[in-house]
Amino acid sequence: MSIWQYANPVKFLALSAKVQPTLWLISGICVVGGLVWGFFGTPDDFRQGSTVKIIYLHVPSALMAINAWFMMLVTSLIWLIRRHHVSALAAKAAAPVGVVMTLIALVTGAIWGQPMWGTWWAWDPRLTSFLILFLFYLGYIALWEAIEDPDTAADLTSVLCLVGSVFAILSRYAVQFWNQGLHQGTSVPVVTGGRSVADVFWYPLLTSMVGFGLLFVALVFYRTGTEIRLRRARALRARVGREL
Amino acid sequence: MIALLIRDLRLAFRAGGGFGLGLAFLLIVTVLVPFSVGPQSTLLSTIAAGILWLGALLACLLSLDRLLALDHEDGTLDLLLTAPLPLEAVVSIKALAHWLTTGLPLVLAAPLLGILLNLPGPGFLWLVSSLAIGTPALSVIGTFGAALTVGVKRGGLLLSLLVLPLYVPTLIFGAEVARRGAAGLALETPLLMLAGITFATIALMPFASAAVLRMGLR
Repeated sequence: MSIWQYANPVKFLALSAKVQPTLWLISGICVVGGLVWGFFGTPDDFRQGSTVKIIYLHVPSALMAINAWFMMLVTSLIWLIRRHHVSALAAKAAAPVGVVMTLIALVTGAIWGQPMWGTWWAWDPRLTSFLILFLFYLGYIALWEAIEDPDTAADLTSVLCLVGSVFAILSRYAVQFWNQGLHQGTSVPVVTGGRSVADVFWYPLLTSMVGFGLLFVALVFYRTGTEIRLRRARALRARVGREL
Repeated sequence: MIALLIRDLRLAFRAGGGFGLGLAFLLIVTVLVPFSVGPQSTLLSTIAAGILWLGALLACLLSLDRLLALDHEDGTLDLLLTAPLPLEAVVSIKALAHWLTTGLPLVLAAPLLGILLNLPGPGFLWLVSSLAIGTPALSVIGTFGAALTVGVKRGGLLLSLLVLPLYVPTLIFGAEVARRGAAGLALETPLLMLAGITFATIALMPFASAAVLRMGLR
């Protein structure tokens, strides 16, 4: 038993069919539960009033926007090294999910920023890095769409993902150098372990983050399955076309 | 290698090679800027460095789609792929030829265009040096983008979508050097970062470009 057996599309689809109902259920409960709990079950912030509640949408989507790219990086590497088609298709399937997460984070941030900072948009390092990440996603998806041969497309997009990651990180620090920010620092620093959010806000936020994470996994399973079946359908059609 | 470089340069200089196209583009951008933002000389002098950097970047981008696509169409690239020269060297030479025909003229012309935009006196030296240090990175990164899209029909727009995000760090540090130079501020940090980006991309990007080219032409 190793994880590599799921590189076989049949086994992957079987696993995906087995875990998907549970994943959808738990992620649905967590997302809806976290959001409802956050919106209705927590008190307003002392200074920010009720606008603070958008955090339950903003933070999880931003978290998944970055993690989706990271997952694409890992699956691209697996494709380049071990040539498993499922891996390349998973990267392809994750990109549109990632771009939507990035968009949600940007839009909710703007909606929150308007009353709080008095502006929809500021050229703040975090905001700018996210906009750049959004552009990287768009380029990645566009390259997938532009190349007809699926293996070549997988190769080229994988290398773009690797090179893009380096430049995305470089841009992140370049942007930090270029302008001072309005955006507050993280309230949940992973490295140091401490956090500045009170429990009453933290638990719904955590629920929502878990929910978004599982939702992303479920979506990637679902979309990868679609991609595999699409490719099968194309192969079948090609075979039928030859026989006619 | 030298024969390839001379061939590329010769092709660029001859009729229809597109030499000077980038230069003319930068000139037109520089002329259009006062029309769009107004002719106040104080405003122009604050944005001059940034505008010239942006113009130079776009001028570099303009000539990228001919960098490998023309050679791909007439089959030269397939010959180069089978040549005894490693493909990494080929793409490095291509990038060098691109810089010599596009980047270097821009560097040399930048001071003249700086006069048009009322660039402050101390800014000229730093504008020219930041462009001289930064434009090689633009050429090398652009070669990677051109290699990615070489097999794509009408890949010009896709090429800009792929390459422009990769240009962000170079633009930030390059324009920062020029801006600080014009304002007379300390500029060692962005200058060193810009040089770091250039050297790192020259050292590493040819491998990525060659790998991508092999995949695309397989």
